Amino acid sequence: MNIWLVMLFGGLLTFGMRFSLIYLFGRFEVPETMRKALHYVPPAVLSAIIFPELFLRDEVLSLSFENTRLLAGLVAVLVAWFSKNTLVTILAGMLALFLLQIFAGMSP
Amino acid sequence: MSEQTKNFWAGVRAEIPLLIGVFPFGMIYGALALNAGLSKPAAQMMSSMVFAGSAQFITTQLVRESAPGFVIVLTIAVVNLRHMLYSASLAPYLASISTRWKILLSYLLTDEAYAPSIVNYEKEGVTPFNHWFLFGAGLALWTIWQMSTALGIFLGAAIPESWSLDFALPLTFIAMVVPVLKNRPAIAAALSAGVVALVAYSLPYKLGLIVAALVGIAVGTLLERKGDSHF
Repeated sequence: MNIWLVMLFGGLLTFGMRFSLIYLFGRFEVPETMRKALHYVPPAVLSAIIFPELFLRDEVLSLSFENTRLLAGLVAVLVAWFSKNTLVTILAGMLALFLLQIFAGMSP
Repeated sequence: MSEQTKNFWAGVRAEIPLLIGVFPFGMIYGALALNAGLSKPAAQMMSSMVFAGSAQFITTQLVRESAPGFVIVLTIAVVNLRHMLYSASLAPYLASISTRWKILLSYLLTDEAYAPSIVNYEKEGVTPFNHWFLFGAGLALWTIWQMSTALGIFLGAAIPESWSLDFALPLTFIAMVVPVLKNRPAIAAALSAGVVALVAYSLPYKLGLIVAALVGIAVGTLLERKGDSHF
C-alpha cells in the first residue's frame, strides 16, 4: 500500500464531494433516501471500527475480565455519555486502561 | 473596512470557539498517525491533502491494521459523503462567485467551517461578498489544523511505546459515536454494524469494515422509514 496514493485519491474524492453540489447548483438535488442514509454513516462506520478493537484479542472474541481494553472501553462509553466531551472521554479511557493493566498485572 | 475584509474577519471570529476544540484534536491526530507507523511528512501532509478530521483518524487506524489502499480510500469516501450535504446547503449562497473561488472554498469546506457559515448565511441571506465569511472561517481552521498536527507529530515522537497510545484511537471513535446515538435507528445502526464487524472480521482486505458499515447504514435507514425514530 502506498500511503501517498491513498492520501491523493482520498483527498481528491473528499474535494470532489465538497465541490460537487456547489458546482452543480440548480442542476442536481440530493435524493431523500441518501439524505436519510447519511445520518447513519457515523454510528455505523465508527462502531464497525470500535467493536473489533474492544471485543477481539488476536482476532478471537474475548469477553473475560482479562480483556482490559473492553473494560476500559466501557468506562469510556459511560464517560462519553455523561460528559459529552471528547478529551475527557479519551483521558478517562486511557486512565482506566492504565489502572486495569496494573491491576491485571498484580493478580495471579 | 471593505465588505470583503469585514466578512473575512467575521468568519475568523465565528470560528475561534471551534478552534479551541480543534487544536487538541489535531495534536492527538499527529501523535497517533506517527504511532501508527506513518512517516512524519505523510502524517503532516494528510492534514492538507485530505483535510478532514474523522477521515484522518480512520485512515490512521486502517494504516495501523495494514488495510489495503482501496479499502482505505473507499472508507474515506463513505465517511466524507456528508460533505455533499454541506455542499448542497451552501450552494445557493455561493451561486454567483467564480469557479476559482468555488474550488478554493470547497477545499476549505469542513464540518467546522460549514457550521458557523450556514448560521451566518441563513441570518444574512445572499449578500455580494458573503463568500469571504466562509473563506475566513475555513482558512482559520486550516491554519490551526496544520499547526496542531505539526505540534502533535513533534510531541508524539517523544511518547514512550509503553503508554498504549494506540488505544486513544478507539477511544476517540467512542467519544465521536456516543453523542450521535440519540434515537433507536441510530443505536440499531451502531449495534448491527458492530456485530457484523466482529463476525466479518476475517474477511480478506479488511472488507468486513465496509460490509459492516453498509449493513449498519441500511438498518438505520430502514428502521427510520418504519417510523421508529422516537425513543
